Amino acid sequence: MDALLLALSLVFQPYVLGVMLLAALFGLFVGSIPGLTATMATALLIPFTFYMEPVPAIACIVTTVAMAIFAGDIPGALLRIPGTPASAAYCDEAYALTRQGKAELALGTSLVCAAIGGIMGSIVLTMTAPVLAEFAIQFSSYEYFWLACLGLSCAVIISTGSTLKGVVSLLIGLFIATIGIDITAGHPRFTFGSVEMLAGISFIPAMIGMFAVSEVIRYVVSSTPSETVVQQPIKKVFSGIGNVLSRYKLNVFRGGAIGAVVGILPGAGSDIAAWISFAVSKRFSRNKNKFGTGHVEGLVDAGTANNAGLSGAWVPALVFGIPGDSITAIAIGVLYMKGMNPGPTVFLNQPELIHSVFVVFFLANIALIPLGFIAIRFSRQILRVPRQVLIPIILMFCIVGSFAINNTVFGVSIMLVMGVLAYLMEENGFPVAPTILGIVLGTMLEDNFMSSMIKSDGDLSGFFSRPIAATLGVIVIALWTVPLLRFAYGAMSNRRSQSR
Amino acid sequence: MRFNDAIIGCVLVIFAIAEIAYTQTFPSLFGQRYGPALFPQLIGLGLIASGIVLVVRGVIQKRRAGAEGRWLDMQSWAGNTHQKTNLVLVLLALLAYILLSDWLGFILLSMLTLSVLLYRLGSSITVALAIASATTAALYLMFAKLLLVPLPAGLLQGLLY
Repeated sequence: MDALLLALSLVFQPYVLGVMLLAALFGLFVGSIPGLTATMATALLIPFTFYMEPVPAIACIVTTVAMAIFAGDIPGALLRIPGTPASAAYCDEAYALTRQGKAELALGTSLVCAAIGGIMGSIVLTMTAPVLAEFAIQFSSYEYFWLACLGLSCAVIISTGSTLKGVVSLLIGLFIATIGIDITAGHPRFTFGSVEMLAGISFIPAMIGMFAVSEVIRYVVSSTPSETVVQQPIKKVFSGIGNVLSRYKLNVFRGGAIGAVVGILPGAGSDIAAWISFAVSKRFSRNKNKFGTGHVEGLVDAGTANNAGLSGAWVPALVFGIPGDSITAIAIGVLYMKGMNPGPTVFLNQPELIHSVFVVFFLANIALIPLGFIAIRFSRQILRVPRQVLIPIILMFCIVGSFAINNTVFGVSIMLVMGVLAYLMEENGFPVAPTILGIVLGTMLEDNFMSSMIKSDGDLSGFFSRPIAATLGVIVIALWTVPLLRFAYGAMSNRRSQSR
Repeated sequence: MRFNDAIIGCVLVIFAIAEIAYTQTFPSLFGQRYGPALFPQLIGLGLIASGIVLVVRGVIQKRRAGAEGRWLDMQSWAGNTHQKTNLVLVLLALLAYILLSDWLGFILLSMLTLSVLLYRLGSSITVALAIASATTAALYLMFAKLLLVPLPAGLLQGLLY
C-alpha cells in the first residue's frame, strides 16, 4: 500500500503530468500522420527521456504510444491509410463505414474501444506482473537462458511473413549483439580495432535508424499519391457508442483478452493482436458476410485488442527484461540507461517504480478519451500537415538525437547503417522485429549460457536439471520441432497420396 | 529495390563464411569448453543454412516466373531519377553530418541539410529557408541549451560562445 501511495505521489506531480500531456499531443499527432508509426514516435522520444528521471521517462513513452496507437485509426477511417501498422487490420472496415456517412461512429467506436482495451490491458499487467515477478525471483541463469530462447522463438514464429526470413532477421540481430567486448574472455569481437565499437552497437541509435531513418528513406523513394480527406461533419463522436458497446460486450472482452495475451508473448505487439482478433471476430460472428461492408463488430474487437496488446507487452518486459514488442524493446533500452535493469529484483527493491508504471498506464488510457476526442475534432487539420515538410525535420531530429546519446558522430553512423539495413530488409520481406529482439536478447542469451556452463563445468544437461528450466526447455524444443515434424509428415503423406 | 531470394541467400552465405573464418582468431578459455567464438560460429552456421534454403527457393521462384523472373527488381523506381536523387540526398545528409559536422558546425550543416531537402521535396525556396531556420533554432535551443548536448560549433565557434 505504501508503495502505491508513493507511486501516486511520484506520478501526480506537475512535471510528470506536464510531460504526459506533451507526450500525448505528440503521440496523437505522430499516430495520425500515415507513415509515422508509434514505434517511430518512441524512437524519436528517446533523446529526451535520456535526460529524465525513470518515472517521467516511462510515463512519456507509455502515454505517447497509447495515444499513437489510437490515433492510427483516424487516417484509417478518413483516408483508408492506416496511421500505424496496428490499425491496418480494420482500416478497410472503418473506411467503408465512413463512405456510408458514419465516420463519427467509426472514430467514436475506435476511441472508446481503444480506451477500454488499454484499461483491460493495464489490469492484466497489474495483476500478472507482480505474481510472475515473485515466481521469477527463484530463476537462475538456466531459466533465463530458456526464457531468452522462448522470447526469440516467439518473435520468429509469430512474426509476419515467412518464418525462414524471420529466422534470418533474428540471426542478423544476434550477430549485431555479439559485436564488442565478449563477456567470458574479454576479447573484442568484430570491432576491427575501433575503440567506439568495444562497448557494442549502441542500442538507441540503432533503434532510431531502424524505425525512423528507414521510414524517411521509404518516404523519399516512394511516389506518394495525393490523398483527399473525406468531407463529412465529425461532431457527435460519442453518439450511438453506448448502443454498439452493449451489443458487442462480448467482443470488447474478447478483444481485450486476445490483445493482452498476444501482447505478453515476446515479439508480437499490437499490430499482430489486431490482426488476430479481427480474424477471430469474423470467424465467430453471426454476420460474417457483413464484414468488409462497414460492419462495426470487427472494429470493436480489433480496436480493443491493439491497445490491450500495448499494456500486455510490458509484462515480460518488466518481469524478465524480455520485450513483448518493439516498443518495449526500446523502453527496456531506456531503463537500462537509467540503471533500472528490468527484472524481478526491481519489484522487490523499487516497488514504487513498478507501481508508478501501473498508475501511468491507467492514467494515460483514461486521458485517451478527452484527448482522443480533441484529436478527432482536429483530424482534418492534422491530416493537412504536409509530409514533405515533416520528413526533413524528422531526419534532422534523428541525427541530433542519435548524436546526443554519446555525443559522438559514431551514433549517427550506426543510425545510418541500421536505417539502410532495415529499409532493405522490409523491402525484401524480412520482418524487422526479430532483429530487434535479437539485439536486445542476444547478450542475455549468451551471458546466461556462459555462466550456466561455468557453473555446471561445461555439462549441457544442467539446462534440464531444475524443474522450471526443464519445462521451459521442453517448450522451446517443442516450438521448433513440432512445426518441422508436421511439415515433414505433410510432405510424406502428400507423396504417399501422389504415388497411389 | 527487391532482390531475388537467391541473391540475398548468396550474400548471407558469403558473409557467414567470412564471419566464421574470423572467429578462428578468437582466443579460447583455458579449461572451458565454450569460449567467445561459440555464439558467432553458431550464428554463422544458422545463416549458412538459411542462406542455402533461400538460394534454392530463389532459383525455383525465378524458374517458375520464366522470362518475367528478375534477379533484381527495380521496377518500383525504374527510370525514376527523381526518387533516386532523393535517396542519394538523404544518405548524403547523414554522411555529411558524420564527416563534416566538426568542421562546419551543427547550425550551418542543419540549415544546409534542411533547406536542400525541403526544397527538393516540394517546398518553395522561401518556405524551405524559413522552416529550416525555425527548425534549426528549435533543435539548437532544445538540445544545446536545454539538454546541454555539446553540438559542434564548427565555423561559428567564435560567434556562439
